[in-house]
Amino acid sequence: MDLAQVLTDGLRAATGVPAIAYALAVIGLNVHFGYTGLFNIGQIGFLAAGAYGAGISANLWGWPFWAAIVAGVVCAVILGLLLGLPALRLRAEYLAIVTISASEIIRITVRSTSVESVTGGPSGIGRWASSFYRINPIPEGDYGFLGIAIDQRKAWVMLVGWSLVALAVLVTWLLVRSPWGRVLRSIRDDEDAARSLGKNVYVFKVQSLVYGGVLGALAGLLIAIDANYTTPGEYQTVFTFYMYVALILGGIGRILGPVVGAMLFWFLLQASDTLLRQLITDDSLLGGVIEQRDIGSVRLAFVGLGLMLLVIFRPQGLLGGRAPGKAR
Amino acid sequence: MTTDLARRLVTGAMGVLLALLAVLLSSPGAHAQEGDPAPAEVAVFGVLEDSEHGPVEGAEIEALLGEEPVGTATSDADGQWRIVLPGPGTYRVRIDPSTLPEDVTLRDPDRSELPNVRVLEGRDKRVNFALGERVVRSGADSPRPPSGNRVVTRLWTGLVVGMVIALSSIGLSLVFGTTKLVNFAHGEMVTFGALVTWYFSSGTVGPGWSVIVAGVVGVALGGVFGAVQDRALWRPLLDRRTDLISMMIVSIGLAMLMRYTYTVLFGNSVRPLREYAAQAPWQWGPLVLRPKQLVVLLLGVGVVALYALVLQRTRLGTAIRAVSDNRDLAESSGIDVRRVVTIVWVAGSALAALGGISYATLYGVEWDIGFRLLLPIFAAVVLGGIGTAYGPLVGGLAIGLVSELSTLWVPAEFKFAWALFGLILLLLVRPQGLLGRPERIG
Repeated sequence: MDLAQVLTDGLRAATGVPAIAYALAVIGLNVHFGYTGLFNIGQIGFLAAGAYGAGISANLWGWPFWAAIVAGVVCAVILGLLLGLPALRLRAEYLAIVTISASEIIRITVRSTSVESVTGGPSGIGRWASSFYRINPIPEGDYGFLGIAIDQRKAWVMLVGWSLVALAVLVTWLLVRSPWGRVLRSIRDDEDAARSLGKNVYVFKVQSLVYGGVLGALAGLLIAIDANYTTPGEYQTVFTFYMYVALILGGIGRILGPVVGAMLFWFLLQASDTLLRQLITDDSLLGGVIEQRDIGSVRLAFVGLGLMLLVIFRPQGLLGGRAPGKAR
Repeated sequence: MTTDLARRLVTGAMGVLLALLAVLLSSPGAHAQEGDPAPAEVAVFGVLEDSEHGPVEGAEIEALLGEEPVGTATSDADGQWRIVLPGPGTYRVRIDPSTLPEDVTLRDPDRSELPNVRVLEGRDKRVNFALGERVVRSGADSPRPPSGNRVVTRLWTGLVVGMVIALSSIGLSLVFGTTKLVNFAHGEMVTFGALVTWYFSSGTVGPGWSVIVAGVVGVALGGVFGAVQDRALWRPLLDRRTDLISMMIVSIGLAMLMRYTYTVLFGNSVRPLREYAAQAPWQWGPLVLRPKQLVVLLLGVGVVALYALVLQRTRLGTAIRAVSDNRDLAESSGIDVRRVVTIVWVAGSALAALGGISYATLYGVEWDIGFRLLLPIFAAVVLGGIGTAYGPLVGGLAIGLVSELSTLWVPAEFKFAWALFGLILLLLVRPQGLLGRPERIG
């Protein structure tokens, strides 16, 4: 068993693009759920809106890269407004079902072969972000930290990604401690009280949904740029659930919770993968009990178990935060 | 309090896992224990079905390892065939076109031999030989106006699918009505019934019972599983006055735990049940149907009638409706709410299992059928009015009909998207659902 390898792999995942994207998306989710109390389980739909909005406008209409990025963000804004229409007047369980349904409608639509000429159907949209790499200021070469080797291409994506995370944390921090953020929290804690103070709860909820959704779109854009490709398989409903695991791990309603949670989530996911792979090749331990091809499923079963145990025994997250909901 | 809860949860969780393992551990997807002398057999199998004439009987299929034949099979009256192989590996599988009936041909004459059929350890491999003309998916390329025949057939399929969804939805709605839990793990209860039935009837190491016997066992075990879940997990959480959103998240975690456990044990291929997988269609005037569809529909009608009778005419039914209506009031008027909730869990889970088994006879078994049905089930429940007793029936049939009829005009890929879209639209105008009572929110 090579523990150094386990740690290195875990650390690579915790600092890599998926973790960055999750951090962004979960910051958005934290605004929805942690600060406003909106139980949105279709965050992945905002990622899809961002990636496909940009991909389609770049590939189909030949828009320049930066215009395509703006188009992706605008798509997320529109989705937020559209979702706000039915969802925000409803109780938590309806909001949950509407958001997850909407994200699934988006995935089914972009995957459909009947719109293949627009979305690429099941095979997706490729190479629309090449100009992002053409403006890479990082000189060619191999870079690395803590035993993790990256090339200049990856370094550029990670630099932009982490800068975005830092910016999102800063803006969110400023927003939630502003009067606007206070209204959000009052809606979360007692919607009727907020309303009786003359606040238009509905408008604030829509604003919260749109802002968190835009962060989700940035996450989707980052993933698509990193792969220079986007396929419908990346937008399955289950990924929103992973984001909730990250959110609860890091602590709901904490400003840095999403970043810590996303890094922890990816560290644990990757480290356990490497560890399991080492254990099953080692005859003395798990050899023959779990097979290579089942590792992915075993890991995800543990993610599910972990989510249950967290919410039941440590709802405030590993580092302390709010519990998911109010007492009944 | 907390330690007591912890102990109950841990024992409960272990009970659930053990029950799952006991049922499924020896399925071919599971792995041979250390020192197990007999490795699980693997096979290639398939169903020969002509797009026009139905199942094809008497065709000869051969499997070869390199140039060496390792087994042959002849398709039976249902078109099914199966060749047991010496072990995992890459095989050549070929069909003898001369043994096909005269009016049946291979869609692609060059594809009588499939040169690279990879068979993994512990998992049977499905092999398809496409026969007859390709059936153009309705509207996939050029949407056509519906003709009488297609409308009738879609209507019929919609009814059958709607009944499956309705059966699967009742438990979700009743559990919500009595405990306010929105259970995201409900879909996995649907899969559970299908998997258990598959194991007892069609699994290579199972006892090989008939599908009907295995189905009865599947429904019963589904009910047991529901009781275990209630006692081990949800009752302790409710006793702790856990909030609704936390319970929803716990159910999301449970769903993932169950679903990925299924994949590890069962694999990720679609497997048909041993019987009824392919049936010759019956023609009744403009309607073409398969007998199993009729059975599923009639069974559903019978079960729903029984359900309505229990709900309306028995003390238990009255109690269930009372608890759904107002839990505290029901409790203070002497109803044993916990007992009612347990019964709801058992009945709801058994019905979900029945829905899964019905689905499996129609479309085969897969590890995530319940998860794929979950959103249509949610849509049915919300459409009918969440927490209501008969809402799921109305909602389920509506979802089934809307999704099947939509394929007359738009590609079938969008089937469930329409149902979900309709759900969102309905929530705009009638958030309490079709049968629910309006309630002031916020």
